[in-house]
Amino acid sequence: MKHALSVLVNNKPGVLLRVVGMISRRSFNIDSLSVGVTQPPEYSRITIFFKGEAYIVDQMIKQIGKIPDVTAVQLHNPKDAVYRGMTLVKVRTDDDNRLDVLKIAELFRAHAVDVQTTTLIFEITGQDEKVEAFTRLLAPYGILEIIRTGQIAMERGEKTINNYAEKKEFYGKSVI
Amino acid sequence: MRGSEAVVKCLKAHDVDTIFGYPGGMILPLFEALRKEKDINFVLTTHEQSAAHAADGYARASGKPGVCIATSGPGATNLVTGIATAFMDSVPMVVITGQVPSTLLGRDSFQETDIFGITMPITKYSFKLDRAEDLLPAVQEAFEIASSGREGPVLIDIPKDFFYADVKYKEKKVEKKIDKRPDADFLIYAAEAIDKIMQAERPIVIAGGGVILGQAQEELISFAEKYDLPVVSTLMGIGVFPNNHPLYMGFAGLHGRKAANNAVAEADLIIAAGSRFGDRQTGNLDKYVHNKSFIHIDIDPAEIDKNVHSSIGLAGNMKTILQLLMQRTPVNNVKTWWTMLKNWQKKYMYNYDGSYDVPNVMHYISQTINKKNADFAVVTDVGQHQMWAAQHIKRYKPRTWFTSGGLGTMGFGLPASIGVQLYYKNKRRVVHIAGDGSIKMTGSEYYTMAALNLPIISVIINNESLGMIRQLQKVFYGEKYFSSEFAYKMDYAKYAKSFGITAYNVYSMDDFIEVFSNAIEQNKPQVIIVNISKGFVEPMTRTDSGINTFVDF
Ligand SMILES: Cc1ncc(C[n+]2csc(CCOP(=O)(O)OP(=O)(O)O)c2C)c(N)n1
Repeated sequence: MKHALSVLVNNKPGVLLRVVGMISRRSFNIDSLSVGVTQPPEYSRITIFFKGEAYIVDQMIKQIGKIPDVTAVQLHNPKDAVYRGMTLVKVRTDDDNRLDVLKIAELFRAHAVDVQTTTLIFEITGQDEKVEAFTRLLAPYGILEIIRTGQIAMERGEKTINNYAEKKEFYGKSVI
Repeated sequence: MRGSEAVVKCLKAHDVDTIFGYPGGMILPLFEALRKEKDINFVLTTHEQSAAHAADGYARASGKPGVCIATSGPGATNLVTGIATAFMDSVPMVVITGQVPSTLLGRDSFQETDIFGITMPITKYSFKLDRAEDLLPAVQEAFEIASSGREGPVLIDIPKDFFYADVKYKEKKVEKKIDKRPDADFLIYAAEAIDKIMQAERPIVIAGGGVILGQAQEELISFAEKYDLPVVSTLMGIGVFPNNHPLYMGFAGLHGRKAANNAVAEADLIIAAGSRFGDRQTGNLDKYVHNKSFIHIDIDPAEIDKNVHSSIGLAGNMKTILQLLMQRTPVNNVKTWWTMLKNWQKKYMYNYDGSYDVPNVMHYISQTINKKNADFAVVTDVGQHQMWAAQHIKRYKPRTWFTSGGLGTMGFGLPASIGVQLYYKNKRRVVHIAGDGSIKMTGSEYYTMAALNLPIISVIINNESLGMIRQLQKVFYGEKYFSSEFAYKMDYAKYAKSFGITAYNVYSMDDFIEVFSNAIEQNKPQVIIVNISKGFVEPMTRTDSGINTFVDF
């Protein structure tokens, strides 16, 4: 299963390496990663997408949470969060099929950001499934290049990552 | 004030009285500041790895962060094994490395290394400084991080020019972080844990190094006594439960006592206190967890469910948690269980017959150093001798047993002994136990031991082999020995004597008794070489089966 983790960290050099290094040290794999400064700029927010069973999720949260520069770790539930990533697709077109291609793009709310006589570049945002369907439809025309950013995730409703900002000193769990 | 002077002032403010290290160009400004500081004892080792192990030993003995310093490049990289050793055993340490001047950084300058990057996975935290203003706060924070929560090594890499920079010294009060009151959920889990303990038919406590770090010896003893629980210890937990206590079953694990391993294998509830369920402790995990439930107590929440899935996990201060677990009147009935346990204890009791082998040598050491009014600490290297020491030398107090458990670092023993002895001064004397392989790794520290006239008794078990490797080649490689036997003889006594240390060769039990008792009488550095035939450490569990299935030798 695919999971999304948002991590709020101090905006300092080396912190990303620390988080990523911890993950690789534990032999976990990252599907996608995106990092950016937040408002206020003292913090950065890292979004990590990864696959794995409950054990990996549990360890990712706890091990990342241990790093002194990490101030909050939030695990997203796909139902309660918005996932977004951006993709740029360069597709080959000619005068005959350009309109068809633009129609498909319209259906997917993709924007043409560059138009040339032989190529078009589209920008599309959204979840992976949508992007995949879009590229599948464009494939017959000849895709020259695809580039994707890492996905980001934000909880719907009132809850924000700041709710998680206070790390617990004590931790207990029971499964009886 | 100069950066270097501020660092030294800050070290003093943190109660640092001993520093281990080795000089070099990029750290020289700090040496110059240390030269002027009379309250700090600087110990020059013969190698940076030893400086790190010595600081580690000092920290394990004192409970305070150990401090070591080295220069950039080769000095810094030589520290790596020592830092990793401390990291694996959760030892608080502050490591300061010099770095090339900030203007030369990133240009592959002479003796430049990215020690920050190299040590990131083996430190609890590390500081790479961009501005001289950050120097002092970093050193202050390093002590806080190293000695709070789950302790560990912290590294600060300081560009040479920052030592010369003008910085403002601001005294920072070291705030001891107070544990937050346990929250409501936590109290419920603790209550559930007590229920589980009282319902268990065959409960057992595993005492790990975390109980020592959490200074919870008294609480652990009261807890076990209250519910009449048998206790085994891990390799790191040796000493936290008095080895002569009626509830104590011995040390458990790969080379643990048979009675202890049987007890763990047959238990229906394991209460692990300050143990991370390392693979040397558990063996095959599937077999280990079969038919058992677990209560796991640890200061580090990330340890809960990392190796073993527990029914109840309690993460936090060891003392507080054990106190919480003692709040009810016991009603459990563990009589039948104790009958079983007592039988194993009797059946597997070691029969010391006084013959000239390592178990009997260790037993003699144990008897001698545990006499009334005697106070000794034991520091080991890594190999068969380490396991024999763990099995046969009894320890009664925390911080009297020091060994590299997590990393298993050969060469740890001698430099760590120096750190331990420097902390205990005249109060407690160190017996160091090494193999002939291990001593060759950091044996040059006999120089430091002699120079400081430290009354360490260093016992080399000379089986003319890398015994533990030989043992593995016997069990797993059909007795095809390769690179594990020393065909070339070395005179260890002459080696020690070349440093000016009194040394004795021993060839029989009578020899050993005489030489060892004599060594105890004399308050000076001594080396005893126990020349002995090759053997195998028993018991040894089969890693592919349960921890009560043993290899036949
Ligand atoms: C630095 C290091 N290198 C290699 C090993 C692997 N190793 C573990 S035990 C051992 C042999 C130890 O030999 P010795 O010190 O003579 O002790 P003995 O087993 O003979 O008692 C070796 C090579 C290690 N633990 N540490």
